[in-house]
Amino acid sequence: MNVIAFVVTTDPLNLDNMVEYVENQLRKAPASAGAIASFLGTVRNENQGRQVEHLEYEAYEPLAVKAFQRIADESTELWPDTHLAVHHRIGRLDVGEASVAIAAASPHRANAFSSCRYAIERIKQIAPIWKHEYFEGGDVWIEGATASPDDETARQTAIRLACV
Amino acid sequence: MRITVLLFARLRDIAGKSNLDRDLPDGSTARSVWKTLVQDFPEFDSYSEAISTAVNEEYAHMDSKLSDGDEVAFLPPVSGG
Repeated sequence: MNVIAFVVTTDPLNLDNMVEYVENQLRKAPASAGAIASFLGTVRNENQGRQVEHLEYEAYEPLAVKAFQRIADESTELWPDTHLAVHHRIGRLDVGEASVAIAAASPHRANAFSSCRYAIERIKQIAPIWKHEYFEGGDVWIEGATASPDDETARQTAIRLACV
Repeated sequence: MRITVLLFARLRDIAGKSNLDRDLPDGSTARSVWKTLVQDFPEFDSYSEAISTAVNEEYAHMDSKLSDGDEVAFLPPVSGG
């Protein structure tokens, strides 16, 4: 199976392959996986009262892949026994399709959940990816956080959410 | 020195192109490139407080000094996930 950990792709996402990948990564470590947490973000049919028809995602691909690696490194520092895979889709996505997939493996469930949650919060904070929303009657670029990886306040927010 | 600028999302839409070149004096920073862009595309100014930047495919600060041939990306607020 040819899966890599950090990917930006126009192809549909395959979470099963990612789960297998992180499980295999952990198998190389002294402790095997006792827990795998996964997250799949999908395109919602409404946003802020608008009827969403589809989304177009774009990324600064080389930096986005590095951002995923950076997030995984941060996660390893916080929860040393975890292994992450992060894939993000770009291009046109219809309602219900998966835009982001995360798999986190750990010997223990708490760290698997935390690493997975941390990853999605950090992606939203720093990954150079943008969604263009096409809704009934118009379109708009969605603009969230200023991508600032060294912003410690933002990072602490992600840690807090991950440890709830 | 010559700098290549990369634009994304709404910035690209405003400029009508995803990359352009700038000739700038030595010692220029990402911020000085941004200022020339704001002159050409006044709508960019609403992003001046919210923009972040990357130089040669690495996150950078607006005050980062640039070198000839550098590729500077300007990132409007992100919305991945």
